[in-house]
Amino acid sequence: MEFQARRTTRLQQVLDRIPILGDVLRQPLGALGFFIVLAFMLMVVFAPLVAPYGFAEQDIPSMLQGPSPAHLLGTDHLGRDLLSRLIYGARIALSVALPAVSVALAAGLTLGLIAGYAGGLVDDVALVVFDSIQAFPSVILALAILALLGPSLINVVLVIGLTWTPGYARIARAQVLRTKQEPYVEVEKSLGASQGRILFFHILPNIIAPLLILAAMDLPVVITFEAGLSFLGLGVRPPTPSWGVILAEGFNFIRQTPWPITWAGLTLIITTLGFTLFGETLRDVLDPALSGTRGF
Amino acid sequence: MRTYLVKRLLMTVLVLVLVTVYLTLLVHIVPGDPAKSLLGPRANPERIAKIRAAMNLDKPVLQQIGLALWSLVRLDLGTDLFTGRAISELVVAALPHTLILAWSSLSLAVVIGIPLGVYSATHLDSWLDRFTAIISISFITVPSYVGGLFLLLIFAVQLQVMPAIGLGDQGNVLDYIKHLILPATALAITWVGYLARLVRASLLEVLNQTYIRAEMAAGIPQRKIYYRYALKNAIIPTVAVLGVGIGKLMAGAVFVELIFTRPGMGTLIYNAIQARNYPVVRAGVLVVAFLFVAANLLADVLYTYLDPRIQLGTKRG
Repeated sequence: MEFQARRTTRLQQVLDRIPILGDVLRQPLGALGFFIVLAFMLMVVFAPLVAPYGFAEQDIPSMLQGPSPAHLLGTDHLGRDLLSRLIYGARIALSVALPAVSVALAAGLTLGLIAGYAGGLVDDVALVVFDSIQAFPSVILALAILALLGPSLINVVLVIGLTWTPGYARIARAQVLRTKQEPYVEVEKSLGASQGRILFFHILPNIIAPLLILAAMDLPVVITFEAGLSFLGLGVRPPTPSWGVILAEGFNFIRQTPWPITWAGLTLIITTLGFTLFGETLRDVLDPALSGTRGF
Repeated sequence: MRTYLVKRLLMTVLVLVLVTVYLTLLVHIVPGDPAKSLLGPRANPERIAKIRAAMNLDKPVLQQIGLALWSLVRLDLGTDLFTGRAISELVVAALPHTLILAWSSLSLAVVIGIPLGVYSATHLDSWLDRFTAIISISFITVPSYVGGLFLLLIFAVQLQVMPAIGLGDQGNVLDYIKHLILPATALAITWVGYLARLVRASLLEVLNQTYIRAEMAAGIPQRKIYYRYALKNAIIPTVAVLGVGIGKLMAGAVFVELIFTRPGMGTLIYNAIQARNYPVVRAGVLVVAFLFVAANLLADVLYTYLDPRIQLGTKRG
């Protein structure tokens, strides 16, 4: 015992005391992911304090410049500070991704609950509708709808929500099918519980955990999706500093300066990597049975 | 097997019918008149009426859906309202370039990703396995447009060793291939990482099975066991993923085609969107959706062929 106690470092003692996060931080890649996500969140919350300039503040004489003490990451074609724009961009990324994933989760959960619980014809029809929405590659579907709705932040949220809904609905449905045969549901039924009570008090709490984990893992995917749409000019519009907008503007000036594309691209890759590593480790810690649901 | 195929084909047709219905309804759900947005705010009412008639917008909604389905049966994609050309001509001109792009990047991903996965699985926990793990995860997280922009920036703009835009000289195959390298690589990056991880995981599962241990005990050379016996079974889940992959590649192609200014389905749909040329958008989306569904169907059939144990007819969900 004494030998073991001496071998345990202070860090491990601290990690032991934190329930779930401690297990995540024990894995090197999980810890890396956590710190990237933490940095991202700090950028979102404290953007005005951390950013050296405003995101639209122009310094025309020093436009299209490389990194310098005044502008650590350089400037864009309007002389705006790239570091500040990237920091504010984190806010845009999250303000699209969070509501979009919530819309998809809420809609998918509702439809999946109905399809799975009702069964029969309702279930068959729902499956065909899910299939037909998933028959569009997501970017193409989003492009087709945004072409008609016009680009705006709220439209992007709605379109992403719609595109992601069938995925959640399918998983929710599969979970309902499994749960509704459990003895405790049967018991509730025989005691005369209403359908609403069974659905909301017994089935829902038992299927929500895996869906929430998947939602967390979808955040980085949605962030890159939004940046992609904004890159095409169909998402968030300039001068709002979406990472996709910064990439698009950098693309227009690619022969004059490599910096906007380099920094915005790296920011996107690192953010996605952080969320993915953190999400995967979290999933393995919380629910090892889910491992492999997304091919990882 | 046959009943399953018939059922699957019927489902595919049903999905295509629904896709056509959505694309027809979409114009009505969304506010604004597509004919007006196509012609601009100052168009005269007569021209608007003419365009509305050409798009069947003056007819009742149900009749519009009927007409759209009838066009689907006749494989008629409609007419481009700007140029008066048949949209099928535009698609025939664009589609081969997109298919070549998607196919080459998928081949590239297979050629690099699968050996990488095999190496990782057979050299478990070596430093190269760990290195490959980090590289694969990072590759998976690179969006095709960031990959494309980085490749363009490094090889075409800074080093100037690769062509930046277009398809190359007409008729010059070598030049065409040269122009294909960067776009295909940009699209392949994600899939290299993805395939490497997938093959590693499924190969590890197979390598633990008794028949492999028996072969090892019998003294069959390791390389032969890995590539001849184990990979054959480990590759099956990969085939299913590749079916979905074709569809995702088509979506990624939109970005890559725009970045490298290549003609193709992505550019066709994107330009039509910019011009608010709705009939072309609709036809383009329909063709891409069809290819997506067809690729999934093909992967499913291939899947049963590769692994006779799979009884797809009984699988649900």
